[in-house]
Amino acid sequence: MRVMSKTPSTITINAAHDPYAPRDPHSTQHQEDPLSTFVQAGESAAHALPEVPEAVMDVNDLNVFYGDFHAVHDVTLSFGKNEITALIGPSGCGKSTVLRCLNRMNDLVAGARVEGQVNYHGQNIYAKAVDPIAVRTHIGMVFQKPNPFPKSIYDNIAYGPRVTGMKVDSMDDLVEEALRGAALWDEVKDKLKQSAYGLSGGQQQRLCIARTIATRPDVILMDEPCSALDPIATARVEDLMVELRQQYTIIIVTHNMQQAARVSDRTAFFTAKADETTGDRTGLLVEFDTTSAIFSNPHDKRTEDYISGRFG
Amino acid sequence: MSTVSNVAVKTARETVQLTAKRSKEQTPTALIFLGLLWFSLFFGVAVLVALIVDTAITGWPRFDMNLLTNYDSTLFPEKTGFRAGILGTAWLMVTTAVLAVPLGIGAAVYLEEYADRDRWYNRLIEVNLQNLAAVPSIVYGLLAVGVMAALGFERKGIVLGGAIALSLLILPVIIITTREAIRAVPEEIRSGSLALGATVWQTTWRQILPSAVPGIATGTILGLSRAIGEAAPLLMLGIPLAVRFDPTGIFSEMTALPMQIFFMTSQSQIEFQQAAAAAIIVLLVMVLALNGLAIYIRNKFQRSW
Repeated sequence: MRVMSKTPSTITINAAHDPYAPRDPHSTQHQEDPLSTFVQAGESAAHALPEVPEAVMDVNDLNVFYGDFHAVHDVTLSFGKNEITALIGPSGCGKSTVLRCLNRMNDLVAGARVEGQVNYHGQNIYAKAVDPIAVRTHIGMVFQKPNPFPKSIYDNIAYGPRVTGMKVDSMDDLVEEALRGAALWDEVKDKLKQSAYGLSGGQQQRLCIARTIATRPDVILMDEPCSALDPIATARVEDLMVELRQQYTIIIVTHNMQQAARVSDRTAFFTAKADETTGDRTGLLVEFDTTSAIFSNPHDKRTEDYISGRFG
Repeated sequence: MSTVSNVAVKTARETVQLTAKRSKEQTPTALIFLGLLWFSLFFGVAVLVALIVDTAITGWPRFDMNLLTNYDSTLFPEKTGFRAGILGTAWLMVTTAVLAVPLGIGAAVYLEEYADRDRWYNRLIEVNLQNLAAVPSIVYGLLAVGVMAALGFERKGIVLGGAIALSLLILPVIIITTREAIRAVPEEIRSGSLALGATVWQTTWRQILPSAVPGIATGTILGLSRAIGEAAPLLMLGIPLAVRFDPTGIFSEMTALPMQIFFMTSQSQIEFQQAAAAAIIVLLVMVLALNGLAIYIRNKFQRSW
């Protein structure tokens, strides 16, 4: 992780930031004053944000059930174009569930039921006539654990364009473009035909990001993309996210509040409310605002308690 | 803690006795129990070894080329051979594999990738599959007779009839092992593929099945090596005990190695007994070769996730 409070200039996030700049892996974070750290981080991440997000996707009164279990309660959110939106909150607050609803990956969970609307450019992706396969070609996803296919690096990238029947002039060029986009090209250009399993965990995760952008999506969902990575690999993926923001709309679920503060433009804080009779925990949205506002001036007591480390 | 008591504790520990004249692992009860375990282990193995050695000794005079190249002969029992049976068994195996493998893989893929577990009919099929694996093979023979009659075949003792019976017999085995192989492919591969906009069909065909091939191959071969020694379902079909020609196609009449062995062992001449013993060894070698192939494929293509 990077030094945060001491030298704010090193955490200024911009597209020109060199992802290969040497970092000290042993540098520790400053725990004494988390709030002030977040304030600085949040402010530096914000880049001339509009007051209201120019929504690519928005969620209206989303309720998700797994069988009888009410997992997510009345969530309303919108995700801005070329912004990074972070979903944070304690375990079991439904943030991953919300994320999986955004490209209909929740359809694959047996017994899952979704109520409310998830709009992509104003079109409800849960409408009857909508094909989930088509939704997923526009809204890509990167998972928690790097999950390359047991194929060569080249075939991993080419898989998406092949299965979706994308018209490609030169697959070689597309593979190079995707790998460059994920800041992986220089590391793998000489071993494209080798198995993706030979890469390190961090490289595998960037390969998965490259694989996702090869299908030219509009929105990229990331479900705790760094939780299986070491700090250096995490920093690289974070830099990559900030670069990708120029072309894509990114929505990320993270357990790591510093990560949300470092990379995101807006943050949605979720929490879990326990039902008094059954004890079932239902996730709900507490607060949604710009990241700097969430971390410096939260309106809700629960948000403040969570980000200052009092629970969760 | 004071320094004094620290020292005291240290000295006490130093004098603890860690040696023993006899380990507690070697009390009489423990030894008797171990002996019982050894007996259980070697009983089965010993019977099998005794059987093989006895058979090999009996069949010893008949290990010659006539055994493999001659047809069955009642006039010259010392020169009788199993050519028709060996070729018939080979034809049976190939036809059985062609019939059973696509059906088994198809059923397994449906159950794993498409079937909705909450539907009662899918659960019923699953329960029945487990039961089918335990159905006696002679019942499958009867079933095959029915199928052949429904298909309009007058002579049922042909390669196709035998292959249908053996396919039905090993289908449950193939389905169960294929499902296990498919289930061993991690969920992340599936969701990774679907998240890129692939269909379930594309995910199955391009990701799941290639990864599951070693498991499927192993299961199929083990199924075939069970089918190769079956005589009961073939008896039900009326497959001849002995013929004096090579099978020429799937509609050709034929006999199989287990049928010929069954026939020879019921003859009184010692020469036939010897020939049968030698043929049993040939059959065992074929089964062992198939099992060896299965183990080789499993080890060679095994993937750790």
